[in-house]
Amino acid sequence: MELININIEGQDYQVEKGLTILEAAKKCGYNIPSLCTYNHGECSLASCRVCLVEASENNGPKKLVASCVYPVSDGMKVTIGSPKATQARRTSVELLLSNHNRNCQECEKNGKCELLYVAQVTGAREGMYEGAKTPTTVDRLTPSIMRDTSKCVLCGRCIARCGKAHGLSVLGFERRGFNTIVGPAENRSFQNSPCILCGQCTTVCPTGALMEVSEIDKVDAAFAEGKHVVVQVAPAVRAALGEEFDMKIGTPVTGKMIAALRRLGFEKCYDVNFGADLTIMEEGTELLHRLTEGGTLPMITSCSPGWINYAEYYYADLLDHLSTCKSPHQMQGAVIKSYWAKQKGYDPKDVFVVSVMPCTAKKFEKDRPEMANKNGKDVDAVLTTRELARMIKRSGINFSRLPDEDWDQDIMGEYTGAAVIFGVTGGVMEAALRTVYFKLTGKEYGKIAFNEVRGNDAGIREASLDIDGTTVNVAIASGMRSAKVLLDEIRAGTSKYQFIEIMGCPGGCINGGGQPYVKPCFLPNEDDDILDTYKAKRAQALYSEDERQVVRQSHNNKQIQELYEKFLGEPNSHLAHELLHTSYNPDRERFD
Amino acid sequence: MSEQIRTFAELEEKQSACTKCMDEKFSGKDGKRHVVLCGGTGCLSSHSDKIREKFSEVVKEKGLEDKVTVNQVGCFGFCSQGPFVKIYPEDTLYRMVKIEDVEEIVESDLINGTVVERLLYVDPQTKEKITKQDDIEFYKKQMRIALHACGQIDPENIDEALGAGAFVGLAKALKMDRKAVIQEVLDSGLRGRGGAGFPTGRKWSFVPDTDEPKYLVCNGDEGDPGAFMDRSILEGNPFSVIEGMMIGGYAIGAENGYFYVRAEYPIAVKRLQIAIKAMEECGLLGDDILGSGFNFRVHIRLGAGAFVCGEETALLNSIEGKRGMPRPRPPFPAIKGLWGHPTCVNNVETLATVPYIMREGAAKFASIGTEKSKGTKVFALGGKINNVGLVEVPMGTTLRELIYDIGGGIPNGKEFKAIQTGGPSGGCLTAKNLDTQIDYDNLIAAGSMMGSGGAIVMDEDNCMVDVAKFYMEFICDESCGKCSPCRIGTKRMLEILTKITEGKGTMQDLEDLKELAVNVKTNSLCGLGQTAPNPILSTMNSFMDEYIAHIQDKKCPAHVCKNLMSYVIDKDKCFGCKMCQKGCPANAIHVIEPEYIGEGKKLPAMYIDANACVKCGACIATCKFGAISKQ
Amino acid sequence: MAHLQQSAVKQIEEICDRYKDEDTPLMMILSDIQKEYGYIPLEVQELVSEKTGIGVAEIYGVVTFYSFFSLKPKGKNVVGCCLGTACYVKGAQQVIDKFSEILGIKPGETSEDGMFTLDALRCIGACGIAPAVQINGTVYPKMSVDKVAPLIEQYKGGQA
Repeated sequence: MELININIEGQDYQVEKGLTILEAAKKCGYNIPSLCTYNHGECSLASCRVCLVEASENNGPKKLVASCVYPVSDGMKVTIGSPKATQARRTSVELLLSNHNRNCQECEKNGKCELLYVAQVTGAREGMYEGAKTPTTVDRLTPSIMRDTSKCVLCGRCIARCGKAHGLSVLGFERRGFNTIVGPAENRSFQNSPCILCGQCTTVCPTGALMEVSEIDKVDAAFAEGKHVVVQVAPAVRAALGEEFDMKIGTPVTGKMIAALRRLGFEKCYDVNFGADLTIMEEGTELLHRLTEGGTLPMITSCSPGWINYAEYYYADLLDHLSTCKSPHQMQGAVIKSYWAKQKGYDPKDVFVVSVMPCTAKKFEKDRPEMANKNGKDVDAVLTTRELARMIKRSGINFSRLPDEDWDQDIMGEYTGAAVIFGVTGGVMEAALRTVYFKLTGKEYGKIAFNEVRGNDAGIREASLDIDGTTVNVAIASGMRSAKVLLDEIRAGTSKYQFIEIMGCPGGCINGGGQPYVKPCFLPNEDDDILDTYKAKRAQALYSEDERQVVRQSHNNKQIQELYEKFLGEPNSHLAHELLHTSYNPDRERFD
Repeated sequence: MSEQIRTFAELEEKQSACTKCMDEKFSGKDGKRHVVLCGGTGCLSSHSDKIREKFSEVVKEKGLEDKVTVNQVGCFGFCSQGPFVKIYPEDTLYRMVKIEDVEEIVESDLINGTVVERLLYVDPQTKEKITKQDDIEFYKKQMRIALHACGQIDPENIDEALGAGAFVGLAKALKMDRKAVIQEVLDSGLRGRGGAGFPTGRKWSFVPDTDEPKYLVCNGDEGDPGAFMDRSILEGNPFSVIEGMMIGGYAIGAENGYFYVRAEYPIAVKRLQIAIKAMEECGLLGDDILGSGFNFRVHIRLGAGAFVCGEETALLNSIEGKRGMPRPRPPFPAIKGLWGHPTCVNNVETLATVPYIMREGAAKFASIGTEKSKGTKVFALGGKINNVGLVEVPMGTTLRELIYDIGGGIPNGKEFKAIQTGGPSGGCLTAKNLDTQIDYDNLIAAGSMMGSGGAIVMDEDNCMVDVAKFYMEFICDESCGKCSPCRIGTKRMLEILTKITEGKGTMQDLEDLKELAVNVKTNSLCGLGQTAPNPILSTMNSFMDEYIAHIQDKKCPAHVCKNLMSYVIDKDKCFGCKMCQKGCPANAIHVIEPEYIGEGKKLPAMYIDANACVKCGACIATCKFGAISKQ
Repeated sequence: MAHLQQSAVKQIEEICDRYKDEDTPLMMILSDIQKEYGYIPLEVQELVSEKTGIGVAEIYGVVTFYSFFSLKPKGKNVVGCCLGTACYVKGAQQVIDKFSEILGIKPGETSEDGMFTLDALRCIGACGIAPAVQINGTVYPKMSVDKVAPLIEQYKGGQA
C-alpha cells in the first residue's frame, strides 16, 4: 500500500494512494457532505455537486473539485471550509431543494433523508431559487414499491444498485435536462415493468423517491375491526431492527422485538422460524423425492419472492426446477388460518395474519392468487422491518428499555437453529442439507463448509457433499446477477448441480429491501467502512443465534413433528400440498 | 481496382501528376475552361446542384464538352452572396447565380469571352464591380490554412486533393519518429480549435506509451448556434481532416480513428464516406500505409441531436451507445477514454490544420499569429453584418478588421452594438473591444472566449437581455440533466431572465442572477455548465444599463421584449390608407376618435389599441410612409 | 411485441445484425431504425433489447436523450425552423411562431391529420442564408413571416 502526503485544512496527513478526496478526508477525520456518491463508487456520477471542495495539486491554483471522484495526489492541499467551497456546496443543495417536493413533515423518509441532512450541514437557506418544478410522476400501483419523482435528486444510486445486484436495468435516466427523471422504461409503473420488486433501490435512495408501500393502515384497520391479529416475524428482522433504535449494527434484538409486538397489541407473536422448519421438511422431502425418483433437477429453492418474480419473467422455461414449496411465512400463515384457528375455535375469516419481513417483494407475494384458499389469504399484511419500527415509535415505546420476552410457545413456538439461518445467503441450503443428510443416512451431519470457489464478485458458492456414497452438488447465489450464471447453465444443459439456493437480494434476507437504511451520515458511531461490513454483522447476529439453539435440525423440531402427526400427515401429503405448496405463472398479468 | 498508392515513391509520383493537372486547370495550360460551383450547404440550398446540371446540359448542347469542364467544389465561404460560379483560368467569380443565368454565362463568357457584368460582386463601399475573388475585400485579409483547398478542389475527388498537396504532411510524418511528430506540433504552438485552446501537442503527449488499443477521435459535433466552420471544412476538403487524424493517430499510436459528426450535416458525412472509401481503395487507409508499417482505419459515428456531445467525455459516451452525459475528470480520456482505452479527442479544424504544420514546418506556422496563439482561426461571421460567411484570419487580427474590413460593416446604416464570440459559452464584446487582437487569451481577458469560432454581430436593434435569454434557453434545452447546478441552475437563470424581459424583474433578481451565474460556473460538472452563465455575466458586465432599464423603467431600449414595447402610429405621418388595419391579425388598429387629419393628408389618421395589439409587427411592414414605429 | 408486424420484426432484427460485430452498436441501430421508420416506439425498443441484451430502460433513456430519436411518428412533412443564433437575430422566432400559428401546432408537435410536424432546430449551419427553414431536408433560405403561408400551401398541395 503506497502512502502519499496530503494536507487538509492546513494539517498534514498520510493517506493511501488511489483514494478519493472524500474517502481520504474521512480517514483523516473530516466528513465532507455528499449525496449522489455511494460506497466506493458503487454510484459515482459526481452529479450532485454537494461534495465540492477546493484542492490544489503541484502547488497549482486552487480549484473546486467533486471530492467523491477526484483522487488524492501527493502534495495535494485540500480546503473544505473555505467560503468559496462552503458557498458552492450550499448553492448545489439550494438548487436541488428548489426542484424538490418539500413536504418533509409528511414524508416517510423524514429522519433518514440524506437531502435534508446535507441541507442542514451546508446551511441551505429557505426558499432560494424558487421556480418551476420538473413534472412529477407518482407510482403506487404495486403493493411493494412506490416511486415519487418529485423527491428524486437524480443521484443514480437506484440504477446502479439494480444493475449491480441483478444485472437489470429496470430503472434508468429518461429524457434530458430539467425534464430528466429516473424510472422504468416509458416512465411506466413498476407494475408494468420487468421489476422483481426486491426493494434494493429503496435501500440506497437518499430521499423519499423510492420507498416501500406502507401497509400499517391495513394492520390498524384489522385491529379496529376486532380481528384476531397474529404476527409472525422473519429471522432477518431481529438482526436489524435494533438499528432503527440507534443500536449498533449486528445487535440481535429478538427479546425486545417480541416485547414490543405484544405491546402493539398482537394476539399472538410467532417466529417465522417455525415456518422455516416446516419449509425444510417439505422442501427436503421434495428434494429427496426428485433425487431418488428422477424429478427435475437441479431443484431450486423458492423462499425468495424477488427471485420468483425474476424466474417468472426472465426464465419461464425453467419454472419446473423451482421447488413447489411456498415461502416459510406463507406456509405458516396457511397453518395459522387452518390448524391454529381450528385449535382456537376461530373462524379463519376473523384471523388476520401480519408478517414482518425484511422484504418488499413479500408484499406482492402475499397478494398472489395462489397464496389463498378457502380460508382466505395465507397472509393479510406484510410490514417491512422499517414499518415495524415506525409502529413501535408511534406507540411511544422506548425500545431499548423493553424487557426481553419470548415467542408464544403454544403450538408454533419451537424452532431450530436451521431455521434461524434462513435469513443469510446459504442458510436455506445448509438447513435443508442437514435434514436431507439425516433422512438419507439416519445420522446427523455437523456442519457443511461451503468453499467460495468462484470468488465474491460472482457471488456464487458451490460445494459437493458426499451422502453415503451419493454425491450431491449444490450451489448458492444471491442477487440475480449471480443467479443468471447458474440459470444459463441449466438452460444450456450444462448444470452439474442437484440443488441450488437462490435469494433475490445480494447477501440474502439480512440485506433485504425492507431492512433499515444503512446511511453512514446517520450512523456516527459505526465504523467508516460500515457499508462494507453491515451485511456480515447482521449475518453474524443470526449465526450466533443458530449456535445458541439446542436443536439445530428442522426434523428434530418437536412441534413440527406434532403438526404432521396431528394435522398434515406427512411431508408432501395431500393436505400439505394444498396448504403449503404453490404453482408458478409465467404469464402473470402484471407484466403485460 | 483503383490505382494503388503503397509506397512513398508511388505517392510522390501520383502527387506530382495530380499537381500538374491542377496547375494546368488553374492556369489554362490544358487549353480548357473550367466551371466550378460551390457545393456547400448554403449554396446547395440555393440550388447550386441544379445550376451545375444546367451548366452540363448547356455545355453539351453547345458542343463544348471538349473545351469546358463543370465541377463542384467546397464552400467559398462568402455564403450570403451564394450560389457562386467560378470560371478558370480567368478566375472570374459570379455570385447569386440563378438557373436562368446559365445560358447567358455560357453564351457570353464561355463562348464569346465577355464577362457577365451584372453577376459580378459589387463592393458596397466603392460600388465597383469586381471580377476576381482575391480582389474582394472579404477575401483580402484572409489566410487559408485550415480551409486549405476548400473552394478549389472537388471534395469528392481524391486526385484533386492530391493535386492540392494532400498527404505530403502525412508522408513526412510517417518518416519521422512518433515523438518527433508530437514535438513538431508542440513547436508549432497549435492550440485546440474546439474552444478551450489546449495545446494539441501536449494533449497528444498525455497518451501513455503502452500496448493497449488507442483511439483518435475527431469531434465534429459542431453545435454552437451560428457556427459552421467544421461543416464547411468537412464539406470542402475532407481529405485534410482525415490526413490530420492519421498524423495524430500515428503520433499517439492509435490504429483506429473515429469521426463523430452531427447528423444535421448529411453532406459532410457523405463526402467523408466518399473520401474514406477512396483512400481505402488506393491503400492510403488500412494496413502498412505507404509501407511504413503504420495501420490505420477510420470510422464514422453520427450524433443524434445533443449539443452536449460536443463535450469530449459526453461524445465518448455517445459513441459507446449511451446517453451523452459527461464523465467526471480525472480520469482524462488520454488515460481512460473510449471503451476505457487511451483516447485523444481533437476538433475538426485542429486536425485540418495539422497537415499544414507537417507540410510546411512548425516554424512557418508559428510565425503566424500572436505570441501565445499561433496560426489562423476560422470564424463563422453572421448576424447583423454585410458579408455573412466563413473567414479564416491570422490570430491577432483585430475585431475591427474582422467586422468592418472583412465583414463589410453593419447593414442598413445601423450602429454596431456587440459581437458574440464563443457561442453560448462565450460572451459579448462591444465597441470598446474593437481594436482587441483576436487570440485565445485576449478574448478571455475581454470577457469572452474564442470558442469554436462562431461570431455573431449584433446591432442597435438587438436587446442584450433578450440575447442572454436566447442563449440560456438554448443551454437549458441542451443541458444533459446530469449535474444539479446545470440542470436546475440554468433553468432558474432562464426564469429570472424571462421575468426581467417581461417587465416583472426586481433589482434583487439581478443580485440572485449574478450569484447563481457565478455558482453554476464553478459548480458544474462539464464545460457546458461551466460556461453556460458566460452570456449573462458578459452582458451584465457591458450592458447593465439595459438590464436596469427593463427593471426600473419597464422599457426595452432595443424594442425587442414584447411586454416592454409598443407599436405606435405617428398621427401626423399617417395618410389614413388603412393598409395596416387590413393586415392586423388582432383587429387592433382603428381610426382615431375624434377624427384627426394630419397636415397635408386627406384621410383620418389611425391609432393602435395597445391592449389589443399582439405585437406581431405586421403593421410596420405594410406601412409605406414610415408612420409606425416601436417604442 | 404482439403489436409489431412480422415484416417489421424481421427488418429490425436485420438492422441489429448489421452491427453485431460492433462493441457498442446502440446508437447506430437506433439511427437506422429512426431513418427507416421515422420513430422508435417502445415495442421496437423491447425487440432491440432482446436482440442486443441491453436493458429496455437504458435504451429508452438513450432514445429520449437525443432529439433526433422520436417515440411517435412524425408528420408527412417535417418542418424544421433553425433557431441558431444567426437565424434568431434575424427573426427566426417570428418565422416559427407563424408556422405554429398557421399549422395550429407547437414546436415538437404533429398536426392531427398527420400532415405536418413542426420542429425547432439547432443551428443547421446555414447561417449565411438566415433565417433558414428546412422542410423534408430541403433548405429554404432567407425566410420571412410572409413567406410562411405560401410555403405551407405548397406542401399541402403535395407539389413540393
